[in-house]
Amino acid sequence: MLYPILAAGLLAATGAAAQDTPVLTVYTYDSFVSDWGPGPIIEETFEATCACDLEFVAAGDGAALLARIRLEGARSDADIVLGLDTNLTAAARETGLFAPHGIDAPALDLPIAWDDAEFLPFDWGYFAFVHDTGLENAPRDFRELAASDYSIVIQDPRSSTPGLGLLLWVKAAYGDDAAGIWQDLSDNIVTVTPGWSEAYGLFLEGEADMVLSYTTSPAYHLIAEEDETKTAAAFTEGHYMQVEVAGKLASTDQPELADAFLAFMLTDGFQSVIPTTNWMYPAAVPEEGLPDGFETLIEPDRALLYPADEAAAIRGEALDEWLSALSR
Amino acid sequence: MAERAQPLTGTVAAGLLAAAAIPALILVTGGAVLTKATGASGLGPGDWAAIRFTLLQAALSALFSVALAVPVARALARRRFAGRSLLVALLGAPFLLPTIVAIFGLLAIFGRGGVLNAGLVALGFEPVSIYGLWGVVLAHVFFNLPLATRLFLQGWLDVPSERLRLAASLGMGPGAIFRHIELPMLARTAPGALLVIFVISTTSFAVALTLGGGPRATTVELAIYQAVSFEFDLGRAALLSAIQLGLTGAAALFALSFVGHAGFGAGLDRPTRRWDGKGAMTRTADSVAICLAALFLILPLAAVLIAGLPALISLPDVVWWSAIRSLGVAAASTLLVVALTLAMARAAVRRRSLARPIEGAALLAIAASPLVLGTGLFILVFPFADPTRLALPVTALVNAIVTVPFALRAVLPAWQKIEADHGRLAASLGLKGWARLRLVELPRLARPLGFSAGVAAALSMGDLGVIALFADSDTATLPLQVYRLMGAYRMEDAAGAALLLMLVSFALFWLFDRGGRVDADA
Repeated sequence: MLYPILAAGLLAATGAAAQDTPVLTVYTYDSFVSDWGPGPIIEETFEATCACDLEFVAAGDGAALLARIRLEGARSDADIVLGLDTNLTAAARETGLFAPHGIDAPALDLPIAWDDAEFLPFDWGYFAFVHDTGLENAPRDFRELAASDYSIVIQDPRSSTPGLGLLLWVKAAYGDDAAGIWQDLSDNIVTVTPGWSEAYGLFLEGEADMVLSYTTSPAYHLIAEEDETKTAAAFTEGHYMQVEVAGKLASTDQPELADAFLAFMLTDGFQSVIPTTNWMYPAAVPEEGLPDGFETLIEPDRALLYPADEAAAIRGEALDEWLSALSR
Repeated sequence: MAERAQPLTGTVAAGLLAAAAIPALILVTGGAVLTKATGASGLGPGDWAAIRFTLLQAALSALFSVALAVPVARALARRRFAGRSLLVALLGAPFLLPTIVAIFGLLAIFGRGGVLNAGLVALGFEPVSIYGLWGVVLAHVFFNLPLATRLFLQGWLDVPSERLRLAASLGMGPGAIFRHIELPMLARTAPGALLVIFVISTTSFAVALTLGGGPRATTVELAIYQAVSFEFDLGRAALLSAIQLGLTGAAALFALSFVGHAGFGAGLDRPTRRWDGKGAMTRTADSVAICLAALFLILPLAAVLIAGLPALISLPDVVWWSAIRSLGVAAASTLLVVALTLAMARAAVRRRSLARPIEGAALLAIAASPLVLGTGLFILVFPFADPTRLALPVTALVNAIVTVPFALRAVLPAWQKIEADHGRLAASLGLKGWARLRLVELPRLARPLGFSAGVAAALSMGDLGVIALFADSDTATLPLQVYRLMGAYRMEDAAGAALLLMLVSFALFWLFDRGGRVDADA
């Protein structure tokens, strides 16, 4: 006899709770929501101001995230997608699932001009080859690297966003000579891993002298582990950037909350968490500046980045070059 | 042995239903993926290269695993020594290791900075590189040599001790015993073992890519990943998945046609004892085989242990919670595997003509791309429910389906032998249904069934294939947590969590396997 009453009570309770606090659903990549990523702190900070329930949903990496949104289409529960990069935004825009973010001239601290109606950056970084500080005569560009005996681990551009970034880096720096660079690099490449984690793990295990990662990677070792033995090689041809963005879905049932979140994303409450959890540069440097240790990182002279449409158009050709150069 | 037309009994119907569930799931999920496809692009030259490489490495992996397993299993069957039962149990471990854990364990020994190369350089030799086709094969042999050894050892243990006693009293030497007793047993066991390992190796993704050294080592599974994630070309993903299934199907038909029936006649279930192999030559050969295999398998495991120990005690709470979640998944999927396997094996034994179709259907499960399975399930579930809420049940289901073929491979031959040895007596006594199962069959199935349950439980702990698509922060399983720690630069904690994963998987396997092996070591 008690059960129906209990059930009715529970239903009423959850119903009431759902009515009182609106839920904002943010799809993001896996490492963002992990207990060691920015997700938990950002959730707490935003919920303190929004009278809402911020729910992060993890979907693999950036590429898997876009695939997930495409699978779900306009029926998706997602209000915001956070964690695509500029190599994916052209395809994301093409789906027609994203709405304009509506923020005019956002205050950003990027090394490049930003003009995108749908996608707003939340952090960014430079790709770089990370190595031990003890490495003698660290290469200063791709040609030196290819001519040296140093071994590198890289990621596969067909399954990893850093891998794709490296592909576009070489293409942006060398254009038609890119295929030749890859051929010269092939004897330096120990192996090509499916994702960043495997590559970085191999490097730390001593399987290679250098690993494709970010200029900010040494900051992790310095700040979290007080280990000063890691640094990144500065390349004279410039470093390719990864700009990570968020966008609002047109199908959102919480448009005001979504707008509030995007605005919050560029404030200190969000941005100050980024450097020491996501180990990237914040898109808008918080008032207190960057954490101690970031000043030790190399700062490239030139920032390379294809605009989203160009990156999408060039990818197929660059991938074919890469495949044929490394398959010999 | 012509079979008369028989009515469809409940046993047979249940087995058929269980067997049909697997191709049905593959078809339905594949179909679901196709519904989202927008115009399929054909296969490019890169895809054909991937297919060729996949077949080559899988064939080599299967051949080497099986060829090396024969002397090891034979030595283990002939010898009794301190620590033998521990070694036999340890044989389960590599197969059950999550890929990423195994890769790092192997690299600690065979990698550029590994123990082997340190030794070679110290002795003045050139260091060797693990990366390339042979690295991929080495890793697959590491995974599968123990599996093949266990399957063969099972075959050796299934030889009735009466036959060996007879052989001894006839004064047969090792050569004669090999020809008359062991060779027929191997001929019966090897095709199945080859097939299972071939099929497992075809779906290799992380191993092939990480150790393959570059895009030459591209497998079909990577091409599927690329099609789904980076190109969102679901038509191509489904096509590639169908090709992978087709290749496996062809291999299955070919190999299963060699799988024969047990031909030893009945024994009295006495503990197996060997009288042969007392010569110095065979003793030395056996010792060498056992020592080399033990070193090859145990060193990488030891490396995982050493890397993980410092962080094991101080692991964050969330990692322990993930371990508990993974245990729940493993328990559910083990139950499912045992039920499915018993139903399928029983039907295959009662209606002999169904044995091959049933086993063939089960094998499709390993060949199915986990990514296509997961994506298909996602598409099917999404209109009705929030996929993240179903993350753990879906993981348990897929893990169970993928594990059934291993369980069936261990249980079915044993059951067929029981039927051949004791079937007529049981029938003449009028033992049927539950009574026959309880009195005749289950006691003799305890060993393979325990092994199967152990494999199922441990594999479910380790699997990552499907959870990544469904999981959110609250449903992360232990393998996913290992990846998250790595993604957050926390390689030491990741090594600790990986060790925990290894220990729990192994403990589960040991628990079930031990339960079924009470008579294995007198």
